[in-house]
Amino acid sequence: MHEMSLAEGIRSIVLDQARAHGFARVNVLRLEIGRFAGVEKPALEFAFDVVMRGSPAEGARLEMIDLPGQALCYDCGKTVDLSDRLDPCPLCGGGKLIPQGGDEMRIKDMEVA
Amino acid sequence: MCTVCGCGDTVTADGKVMSHDEAHRLGLAHSHAPVFQPAAPALPFPHVQAKGLSPHHDDHHHYGTGPAGVSVPGMSQARLIEVETSILAKNDSIAVANRRVLKALGVLALNLVSSPGSGKTTLLCRTIEALGDAPLAVIEGDQQTSADADRIRATGARAIQINTGKGCHLDAQMVGHAIDDLRPRPGSYLFIENVGNLVCPAAFDLGEAAKVAILSVTEGEDKPLKYPDMFTAARLAILNKTDLAPHCDVDLDLYEANLARVNPTIEILRVSARTGEGMPAWLDWLRARLAEAQS
Repeated sequence: MHEMSLAEGIRSIVLDQARAHGFARVNVLRLEIGRFAGVEKPALEFAFDVVMRGSPAEGARLEMIDLPGQALCYDCGKTVDLSDRLDPCPLCGGGKLIPQGGDEMRIKDMEVA
Repeated sequence: MCTVCGCGDTVTADGKVMSHDEAHRLGLAHSHAPVFQPAAPALPFPHVQAKGLSPHHDDHHHYGTGPAGVSVPGMSQARLIEVETSILAKNDSIAVANRRVLKALGVLALNLVSSPGSGKTTLLCRTIEALGDAPLAVIEGDQQTSADADRIRATGARAIQINTGKGCHLDAQMVGHAIDDLRPRPGSYLFIENVGNLVCPAAFDLGEAAKVAILSVTEGEDKPLKYPDMFTAARLAILNKTDLAPHCDVDLDLYEANLARVNPTIEILRVSARTGEGMPAWLDWLRARLAEAQS
């Protein structure tokens, strides 16, 4: 959706971490991306390469870890795993579900030198 | 260090630990540690005074993951650093600060989101006229032009235009600056008209009390299903331009069913800003939310 803004958010966190931990280079940066986060991975990879130029994360490898999407079903009251935002409840077939997770977009860790 | 009074990053005011800027914005007396007497009386909205000193007074940095004082000079061996930080953490922390300021002022801030052309600005103009003497201010977000702010100002309301340039959404920092410049009156309405876009603004918290999604009846009943994130994030959906419904074969009940499918708790109002149909219910909703904001 707004992968450029997300890449800028990553850059800002990298710079903060570099100041805090005194490293000069990021080798690998791992992100956790929820299934409902709406992140286009190829677009984020492209934005990452462009936005990290001139930062410690320039040239870093970007790894993205998928997190499952969960939703609360308003018909059966259970929290269920969903692969698609608009899928029906796998338990009762109900159609009214509200996401309970899966919108995460966070930096998990960085391998630095 | 605060450039207004010289105090440190955080202060204790009104029994709460908060950033010095929040204390100033709220006009709260606060102790300084170490004991420090401000050169001038503490003023709210420090960004205004700090203009020209630094781009944003460096004031929101303490919400982020700033230097933790664990620098390890000379360390060169590859190592793993656990970060566990949301990519939008900075925006979210600024939004929290905006929300705290607005809450303290008893201001009801609403983030109006929709696709371009849903009638947000017309709805807003009619709303401002209908609210009469109620104090309010408007933040207008668009990629370019001040056309919308000009339309709002023509109603007599105060408005600030934010042009996002290539940006596709407003963020919390832009809104924080605008709040500082607008200085909304206590107990007033603050309408934030976001950039017309049903995707990105869903993810960016601005510090508002609620998102209001505006959907015009000409857009298609399946729109909530196509853009579920926005309608999931919204508290209220306004089905606007209902006067056009008879002319374009739309099923308003299907609109509502699809909204409920992506967000079972969403409230829905049918409105025509042009004819005034449904406006009283919208105004009642606004007044109820304003009362909540002041409680």
